[in-house]
Parts: sequence; C-alpha cells; structure tokens
Amino acid sequence: MATKEIAGNTIDVNEEGYLTNFGQWNEAIAEAIAIEEGIEKLSERHWVVLKYLQDFYKENGTMPTIRKMKKSGVVDTKELYSLFPGGPLKKSSRIAGLKKPESCI
Amino acid sequence: MKNLLILGAGTAGTMMANHLKRKLNKKEWKITIVDQHKTHYYQPGFLFIPFDTYKEKDVIKTKKQFIPNSVEYIEKAIEIIEHDKNIVILKDGTNLSYDILIIATGSKIVPTETDGLAGEGWQKDVFDFYTIEGATALRDKLKNWQGGKFVIHLTEMPIKCPVAPLEFSFLADAFFHKKGIREKVEMTYITPLSGAFTKQNCSNVLGYLLEDKKINLIPDFDVELVNEKDNFIQSYDDQKINYDLLVTIPTNMGDDVIERSGLGDDLNFVPTHKHTLQSKKKENIFVIGDATDLPSSKAGSVAHFQADVLTKNIKNFINGKELVKEFDGHANCFIESGFGKAFLIDFNYDVEPVEGTFPLPIIGPFSLLKESRINHMGKLVFRHIYWNMLLRGLPMPGITTQMSKIGKKL
Ligand SMILES: Cc1cc2nc3c(=O)[nH]c(=O)nc-3n(C[C@H](O)[C@H](O)[C@H](O)COP(=O)(O)OP(=O)(O)OC[C@H]3O[C@@H](n4cnc5c(N)ncnc54)[C@H](O)[C@@H]3O)c2cc1C
Repeated sequence: MATKEIAGNTIDVNEEGYLTNFGQWNEAIAEAIAIEEGIEKLSERHWVVLKYLQDFYKENGTMPTIRKMKKSGVVDTKELYSLFPGGPLKKSSRIAGLKKPESCI
Repeated sequence: MKNLLILGAGTAGTMMANHLKRKLNKKEWKITIVDQHKTHYYQPGFLFIPFDTYKEKDVIKTKKQFIPNSVEYIEKAIEIIEHDKNIVILKDGTNLSYDILIIATGSKIVPTETDGLAGEGWQKDVFDFYTIEGATALRDKLKNWQGGKFVIHLTEMPIKCPVAPLEFSFLADAFFHKKGIREKVEMTYITPLSGAFTKQNCSNVLGYLLEDKKINLIPDFDVELVNEKDNFIQSYDDQKINYDLLVTIPTNMGDDVIERSGLGDDLNFVPTHKHTLQSKKKENIFVIGDATDLPSSKAGSVAHFQADVLTKNIKNFINGKELVKEFDGHANCFIESGFGKAFLIDFNYDVEPVEGTFPLPIIGPFSLLKESRINHMGKLVFRHIYWNMLLRGLPMPGITTQMSKIGKKL
C-alpha cells in the first residue's frame, strides 16, 4: 500500500489511487482528487451525489449501481454522466473516498 | 409427509431434483418441481446457432426426461411465492405448500429495459442470441448478410455466461473469414466495463485477442438508447455508434415472480448467503443458479458446483445441523476463440483466472488462460456432459466442487 500527499494531508491509497482508510477523507481532499479526475470545481449537485454515495456505503457496505442511483431519485443517469464525465461511478467513488465499485462477473 | 418444492426445471432445478431424490427419505419427503415450459434448452449451444454450427435439434430436449419418476413434475407458470405462509401459488390458482423451497427460476433478457431496443429494428437489424428465437433469427440474417458495420454490445452486468459476448465476437470473426467477407465487415465490441472482461488477468489476454482479430473495443459505454430508425446506439455521455447489424446482450434480470413475491433486488435477483446458498429473507428458502444475487458467474458449471453444496445443506437443514459454508464461487468456463480453438478459465470468489493446466498438473489435458485445440474439443464435449451427467446430478470426472489450486501458476 502507498501513501500520497494531497491537499496538505497524507493519505493511504491503493494502486489505483482510491483511499483505503475513509477516516482520512475530508472535503479538501475531495476537491483535490476531483481536479485530478478533471473536475475543476465541485458544485452543489456533485456534493449531493457524493454524500448519497457515502451514506449508501455506510448503510450497505457496498457501492450502489447506476441502476440503484437512478431508482433512488437522487440523480438521473444523464446528469450523473454530466457531473462525472467518462466513468461516473469510478470517479465519484474515488472523490467520495470510497472503494472502486466492483463489477460483478 | 413433508414437501420440498423446487421452482424452475432448468439446469439448476433439474440437478437438484436428481440429487435430492437420492438423498431424501422417500417416506418422509415428497419432492415437487414446477416449470412453465416443456422444453429444456441447452443454452450454451445458442452461441453456435447463429453460425449454423449447431441446429435447433442439438439444443432441445423435453424437460421431463431429466426429472426422476419419483419427483412430481408440474408444467405450469408460477404466480407468486407467499413466503410468510410457506405457499406457492400457480397461475391457474393451484396452491402448493412447502416445508423447504428451492428457487431456481434463472435469469432472462429484458430488452425493454433499454429505450428503443425492442422497437422496429428488433430481429431485423438488431438481435440477441440469448434466446432460441434470437439465435435462429440471427442465423437467418447472417446467411445473406454481405458486410458493413457489425456491432456487438453488452448492456449491463451481470449477465449469464459473461464470456459469451466475447466468444460470439471471436466466432463471428472466423465466420466472416470463412465466408470470404471479413474485409467488408467492420467489427466493434461495446461494453460498459473498463476492459474486455471483468477479471483483470483475463481482460488483458482477451483484450489482445480482440486487437489481434481487428475488433475495435469501446469500453466504459453505458447505453442510453438505441435508435432503430437511423441505426445508432448512444451512451449517456453522448457517444454515438452507427451499426448496420447490432447484436446485443440486453439487461439480464431474474423472473417477475421474484419481484411479485417481494424477494428480489433491483434486478429481481434473490439476495443469498454467499457460501451456504440460503436466502437472506427466510431460513427455509434456498436459491441456486442464475436466480441468486451472488458475485459468482451465472453459468451452468457454477450451478453444478452449487448443487453439491446445496444438497449437503438441505440435508443439514432437515437434520437441524449447521449449514456448511462450502460454496467458494468456483467457475469453470471454456471460451471459444474461433478457428477451432478455445481458452479455459477456472476461478472462484478470491482467485482470479491464471495460467496452468487443468484438471491435472502439467499433463492437463486442458491449458488454462491459453488458446488450444483441446480446449475447443472440451467445449464441444461439454454438451454431452451437460445432457448426460450434469443434469442428472452426476459428478464431472476429475473436477472438484471447490476450486483446486493444483496445476495453477499462482
Ligand atoms: C448464450 C449462452 C451461452 C452460455 N454458455 C455457457 C457455457 O459455455 N457454460 C456454462 O456453464 N454456462 C453457459 N451458459 C449459462 C447457463 O445456460 C445458465 O447459467 C444455466 O442454464 C442456469 O441454470 P438455471 O437453472 O439457474 O436457469 P435456467 O436453466 O434458465 O432455468 C430457469 C427455469 O425456470 C423457469 N421459470 C422461471 N420463471 C418461472 C415462472 N414464473 N413459472 C414457471 N417457471 C419459471 C424457466 O422456464 C426455466 O426453465 C450460457 C447461457 C447462454 C444464454
């Protein structure tokens, strides 16, 4: 496991840059990872999605699927893609300090 | 008399009927199995139908011939599982009460989940090969097709037999070569995954193979709609891919009866304990095969390994013993790669597919994660093993229920 300096913090990350210890996450880190993912500024809508993901993870221990997010009424898929272009779940979960969603086989 | 009721007489339900009639005391337990259809399809054979390698007769037998005589077979549609009352109600109103229920209702494609898919182009320029109707319609189309943009598309995971769309692509490439029209066909493979396949090791190997066969790979594509008037498929982030012929794997879902009964997740798959196969909702309901929500492959070989564990656990449950946590996600899949060759992968929840030999070290005879002719022979022989051994609940020679590490380069 590696560590990484970001937004004035040292965080533990895996080889794909996902936090391995959610306790180390904070909003400044999220902003900095967002920039790495090509998102200049996290808007209010971004935060709604990120908080939803974190709550969902806390409750279920897994990441929601895009289908589940659509059903939740929090955000529709089209908007999700416009917020996190090119891989919404992968990007949003990394910014939220959560695990990369596993695709099942 | 107590009742053990099995819902679905496909691969998994049929195997369980065969296992349990040998294991349960006939004086105490009556076994009943219900399915809506007469015909048992050998679904892995659907892959070969579009290329006319298999005919309908190769994949069709009657279900009843695989159900033991001492098991009652009811050919009717299931309406609802009233799990609070331990009753299953059939469409014609018949009530069946049970002490133990095994859900084996499988999964099916649902084209209506994607906007525009089941529209005017369905089975004209847009096909599936996951059903007998789709596979035969595609065969008829391919007979006279002269080339153009050929797009293979995977809608969302999970799907049954996750390697099937790749196999289909490799076989289509070989088919067009043999027909002498390969250079007139532009082949594209579209997937919502980040690579060719879900398992990383495998994805690399199969990714090279796509490249080698000049099949363009478009990853991370989450489909929003199919436009069957202007023949394009569009993603949520506005990528548009034109096609002349689209072969798609639509969303796979569990049967509606699961939804009606309040037993499923978003895709109507039944939440199931990963290692015991007991349902999470009720202790006397067990789940096997494609109907589960488990992160194992939805494949006949997996159902076969599950059946061994489930048989033990049904006995344990009856005898008030603790359930064994023995299902490890073991899957064993041949991957056709075209021109008479195939790969073989063997993996479980924790161990990714690796190179090696199978089932024995060094001598194999099958090679893991490598292309070979003997693997292809294995795939063809699998049909006979399926009809004659698998469905009848007989062990597959040399293959253990739990994944073995022997012969693998770990
Ligand atoms: C194209 C293709 C290729 C494949 N290739 C392979 C392969 O190479 N190797 C491999 O191991 N597996 C392969 N598979 C997967 C394999 O066929 C399935 O995993 C296996 O059949 C699952 O068995 P099952 O019993 O869970 O479901 P099924 O065999 O589908 O059986 C479910 C049964 O439940 C019945 N049912 C459902 N709902 C109701 C209801 N409401 N009322 C009454 N009856 C109902 C259905 O009629 C059906 O008979 C392939 C599948 C496809 C489609």
